[in-house]
Amino acid sequence: MAHSINSSLYAARRRNNSIAKILALAATLFGLGWLVLILGVLLWNGFGGLSVAVFTEMTPPPGQAGGLLNPIMGSLVLTALAVVIGTPIGILAGTYLAEYGRHEKISSIIRFINDILLSAPSIVIGLFIYEVMVAPMGHFSGYAGSVALAVIVIPVVVRTTEDMLTLVPNALREAAASIGLPRAYMVIRIAYRAARAGILTGILLAVARISGETAPLLFTALNNQFWSLDLNAPVASLPVVIFQFALSPYADWQKLAWTGALIITITVLALSITARALAATGKQS
Amino acid sequence: MQPAGGPPVTDFALRGAGMSIAEAPGRARVLAKLRQGDNIFRLVTRGAALAVLVILGGVIVSLIVGSIPALKAFGLEFPFSQSWNPVTEKFGALAPIYGTLVTSFIAMLIAVPIGLMVAFFLTELCPMMLRRPIAIAIELLAGIPSIIYGIWGLFVFAPFMQDHVQPLLIGLFGNIPVLSSLFAGPPYGIGVLTSALILAIMVLPFITSISRDVFEAVPPVLKEAAYGIGCTTWEVFRKVVLPYTRVGVIGGVMLGLGRALGETMAVTFVIGNAHKVSASLLAPGTTISATIANEFTEAVGDLYTSSLIALGLILFVITFIVLTIARLLLARIEKRIG
Repeated sequence: MAHSINSSLYAARRRNNSIAKILALAATLFGLGWLVLILGVLLWNGFGGLSVAVFTEMTPPPGQAGGLLNPIMGSLVLTALAVVIGTPIGILAGTYLAEYGRHEKISSIIRFINDILLSAPSIVIGLFIYEVMVAPMGHFSGYAGSVALAVIVIPVVVRTTEDMLTLVPNALREAAASIGLPRAYMVIRIAYRAARAGILTGILLAVARISGETAPLLFTALNNQFWSLDLNAPVASLPVVIFQFALSPYADWQKLAWTGALIITITVLALSITARALAATGKQS
Repeated sequence: MQPAGGPPVTDFALRGAGMSIAEAPGRARVLAKLRQGDNIFRLVTRGAALAVLVILGGVIVSLIVGSIPALKAFGLEFPFSQSWNPVTEKFGALAPIYGTLVTSFIAMLIAVPIGLMVAFFLTELCPMMLRRPIAIAIELLAGIPSIIYGIWGLFVFAPFMQDHVQPLLIGLFGNIPVLSSLFAGPPYGIGVLTSALILAIMVLPFITSISRDVFEAVPPVLKEAAYGIGCTTWEVFRKVVLPYTRVGVIGGVMLGLGRALGETMAVTFVIGNAHKVSASLLAPGTTISATIANEFTEAVGDLYTSSLIALGLILFVITFIVLTIARLLLARIEKRIG
């Protein structure tokens, strides 16, 4: 009697275990399924529109042929300027957290606030830049768009720079100090060099993050139908054009939107894979 | 470990070390200069670090200043009024707040169990060889920009919902009280449920990747002890791993929730932008971020703009609270794992 109760209990436990394992497998296939599905649809819809014209012609009026040259250039310029503004601030701030104020109270506050900024809704960043730049200047501008993106770059770079500098062995710092190297030189010549791959990874991840950002550009850089690299005026960008074209009723605009989406996704995936590879080689050396 | 490339640091630090006594004042000057450079560098880095605080302060102050006109005009009624009328300039935030909370709640309801099961699979069941590739694939899913989910949702997912899922739900629950009101109305394709499902797909990788990290940090000896007394894999996970990492898992879930609450583009495409609180999940609705994205550039009049900024302020406050809880919980588990 006791034996049969035990064995039925045992069977139930084994059954639950098998069910859980099957569910876990199903959940994983489900998660990966979406990745395959989304990328598949993107390739299917975007690849057909990919042509030389996409990279050499301006965005067309509805019903005409055209490309995505001005938004692509706009995105490149906005992203580049955002990186130029955001990266130095991010690296320096990360340096302070790791090298100078590692155990100070203010550093833990800064770390905390930085983590909040890291996940803050990007549309709120857009509103912030609208309030401090677009409204006082009286018009939308590429500068405002770049600053909005820079605000997103900074927390990413701060975080990775600090993490990577923390990984640099203290023996290196002590060796530098023992030969009389001032701290600033130790940081620039020893710590930065040792953490170079990691810091670069952070910058790449930040670029990947902002190259698809749409919300903060909607009311800072706005959009521009024409060729314009004047950063004091509205500038077209790939995500905003995708947004506008996808929601339009015109079939050829929608097709361009898919092509743009494919370009962005490939760029972002390439950037994150490169960053990962770089991080892996950095760890090995 | 000597850093690669460039001259050895000793060349730099000890340059001119063999100076004669006559050159000593010059040496003192060089040292003073180095010290000065050192100080400047320290101050510059400190300034950059403080800039992070300034940015957050700037966000808060600018949002508050921008929303003053709306808050003055509507007062405490603003978050509780459903009217949104640009013509009469009567604005209330109830519909967007409701939409934000409901879509995020449903998204979490779906994404949390699935995300935890994927993390369970990756840490306990998956063959070693496949663990890294699958983990990377899931993290790539997290890196796909939200506008891609948006365009995919609009052209692929919403029609699918309209043709297959929503009629099925209406047919299934149409005659059951309570549930019938949740799934009432014509199948538009777009709407609250569709947005929530897309959000679920978006936050899934976040929850998976953080839970995987905390699951992996469980000391092997705990798991081995449980296996040793005859626990099954599922029992080890359910009774040992999950209780041990509870705080971290909740932190990860809150982080995912923060992302779902603030998500803009994916939702804007498929929510329908209707300022209405309806019981049906199939009806179009709106969220805070979708309202701002759709209407901000077209907002005429200071009160309209200010109301939208006030919406942004509410969103920021909600996500700030959620993210703060997430970080505090994650900091707690980090401390324990050390």
